[in-house]
Amino acid sequence: MSGDRLSARFAACAAQGRAALVTFVTAGDPDLATSAGILAALPGAGADIIELGMPFTDPMADGPAIQRGNLRSLGGGTTLRALLAMVAEFRQTDDSTPIVLMGYFNPILAFGPERFAEAARAAGIDGCIVVDLPPEEAGELVPALSAHGLHLVRLATPTTDAARLPAVLSGASGFLYYVAVAGITGANSAATADIAAAVARLKAATSLPIAVGFGVRTPEQAAAIAAHADAVVVGSALVDAIGAAAEDRANDIPARVAAQVAALAQAVRTARKELVQ
Amino acid sequence: MNADVGSLRAGPDANGHFGQFGGRYVAETLMPLILELEQAYIAAKADPSFQAELDDLLKHYVGRPSPLYFAPRLTEELGGAKIYLKRDELNHTGAHKINNCIGQILLARRMGKTRIIAETGAGQHGVATATVAARFGLPCTIYMGARDIERQAPNVFRMKLLGAEVKAVESGSRTLKDAMNEALRDWVTNVHDTFYIIGTAAGPHPYPELVRDLQTVIGREARAQILEYEGRLPDLLVASIGGGSNAIGLFHPFLDDKDVRIVGIEASGKGLNTDEHAASLAGGRAGVLHGNKTMLLQDEDGQITEAHSISAGLDYPGIGPEHAWLHAIGRVEYQSATDSEALDGFQLLCRTEGIIPALEPSHAIAAVARIAPTMGKDQIIIANLCGRGDKDIFTVAAALGVTM
Ligand SMILES: Cc1ncc(COP(=O)(O)O)c(C=O)c1O
Repeated sequence: MSGDRLSARFAACAAQGRAALVTFVTAGDPDLATSAGILAALPGAGADIIELGMPFTDPMADGPAIQRGNLRSLGGGTTLRALLAMVAEFRQTDDSTPIVLMGYFNPILAFGPERFAEAARAAGIDGCIVVDLPPEEAGELVPALSAHGLHLVRLATPTTDAARLPAVLSGASGFLYYVAVAGITGANSAATADIAAAVARLKAATSLPIAVGFGVRTPEQAAAIAAHADAVVVGSALVDAIGAAAEDRANDIPARVAAQVAALAQAVRTARKELVQ
Repeated sequence: MNADVGSLRAGPDANGHFGQFGGRYVAETLMPLILELEQAYIAAKADPSFQAELDDLLKHYVGRPSPLYFAPRLTEELGGAKIYLKRDELNHTGAHKINNCIGQILLARRMGKTRIIAETGAGQHGVATATVAARFGLPCTIYMGARDIERQAPNVFRMKLLGAEVKAVESGSRTLKDAMNEALRDWVTNVHDTFYIIGTAAGPHPYPELVRDLQTVIGREARAQILEYEGRLPDLLVASIGGGSNAIGLFHPFLDDKDVRIVGIEASGKGLNTDEHAASLAGGRAGVLHGNKTMLLQDEDGQITEAHSISAGLDYPGIGPEHAWLHAIGRVEYQSATDSEALDGFQLLCRTEGIIPALEPSHAIAAVARIAPTMGKDQIIIANLCGRGDKDIFTVAAALGVTM
């Protein structure tokens, strides 16, 4: 799938000699209108790739921050259909920033895998990460995604040993997401040395770009990972900030998120230069 | 499980599927562990010393076999079929849950795990888990919905006495489903040393098979006992269904006996025509939650909806995948009983037999009260009395308007 938004963006970042910044927010958090504003502000602030959470009532692999984000979003009435409409709107003004959906399988199953893939593609989605759909069960979704040119991004974790890795990589596309800690989102961060070793191990097994996430909150942490990985994912820190701003009834939430993303982007963009000096 | 080809007892397949249901829908972090558990279980099944240790504990610690008791006054009152009760409420800790916990903790030890976690609804599984953890000297954390903590106070205290840490879960509906989410979050964070003892025949493969196999001791005993007492198989089996472990434990050894009618009873709470019930077969659709594909209460967007039952142990929006399959192929019939029918069943058994049942099997008693009068006096029913009601007296008193 050459020529798609994801490979173009990874190639562009590589050409600049830097890692990509991937930002995660839950779609519709705290409400659909604010969420659309956040989405629109992300590329200008320096997000290279957008990961958009599909809200679910029972996000089993997520920590308290993203759980609350999911509930805020559902409380505001977000549905998969509304989420896709928001992305289609975003695509009117940005046709190059890749958007990857992240979530759980049941809402996709309820929508219908084929209908979902068709609607996601039409809205301008580039791929999906489905947390509770390991390779063994992916047969229900992969044909529909492939037929519509969507990537199914696979996850590798600290528990993915040499015996397991081939199963994870078979059929992986877009990029490989390395979950840096065995745990839930918002957990403590892993040691940089461990992450560097894991990335090296994965690079030896696949030519896909490696994105590293889980436990990355600050510009410093993002920079440390950006020195080794092709992309750094920041999620809970942004979702926490959205939650705090929503609690304060702030009316400048997109601008606040943009400022936080700009600081992360700055760190990611200079990480390797500082390493060289 | 080496049942014959064509047998209804041969499932699941190699990937843990019962027809379209079951499977392993878990985060990648858990996959290697789930596969390791499956291998450990296969090895344990083939090891005579595992079965011998299990049998010894079931006999001397749990108190098996449990009696199959002919209930004469209940039979007479209902005026139809002869009613036998499988007395799993007489087990150590007062419910069938311990049959499963004993087996799983032996497996945990074989795998070298040093910490135990579990979810609980009514608290019976939490108590059984805390019990075996104490028996084997392993630290244990139990996740329980904050709402269930309120309505099952005696069991919370029992778990603490047994040395378990009870963590209140405040998310979502604050009941069993949320406790299971939280236990899964703990597990994914502590995979290296932690064994998750799931309390019902649900979750990712191999749990539905593992829990079922451990609970079939109920049905294997009942089969031998009824053959001894009556010289023939029963006409009807009845059991209540939360996740479905006591029911599959009774049903499974009879699945290939075509002449045995089998009925599972879901909790219909305030009624199937309200949105306050826990009947995932009657009111749900196929979906994926907690590691398996099964029938779930959900809205049209695939968001899980809250279940309701007066019985905390049945208050779950899903059901084990093998039941979803047995429902789909029509081998087992599924009916339901409401909160108020269960309360009637509860009082009926107290009054006629001097047995205080848990609210969960009170749903089965309610169904027996409905069906037995339609059957002949020479016909035989076995109902699973899977728990005793001491834990429920406060709930029942409140429902009957009695202040204690
Ligand atoms: C006595 C009793 N019966 C039944 C259940 C429901 O579980 P299952 O359907 O797995 O038997 C519970 C659960 O807590 C219980 O305590």
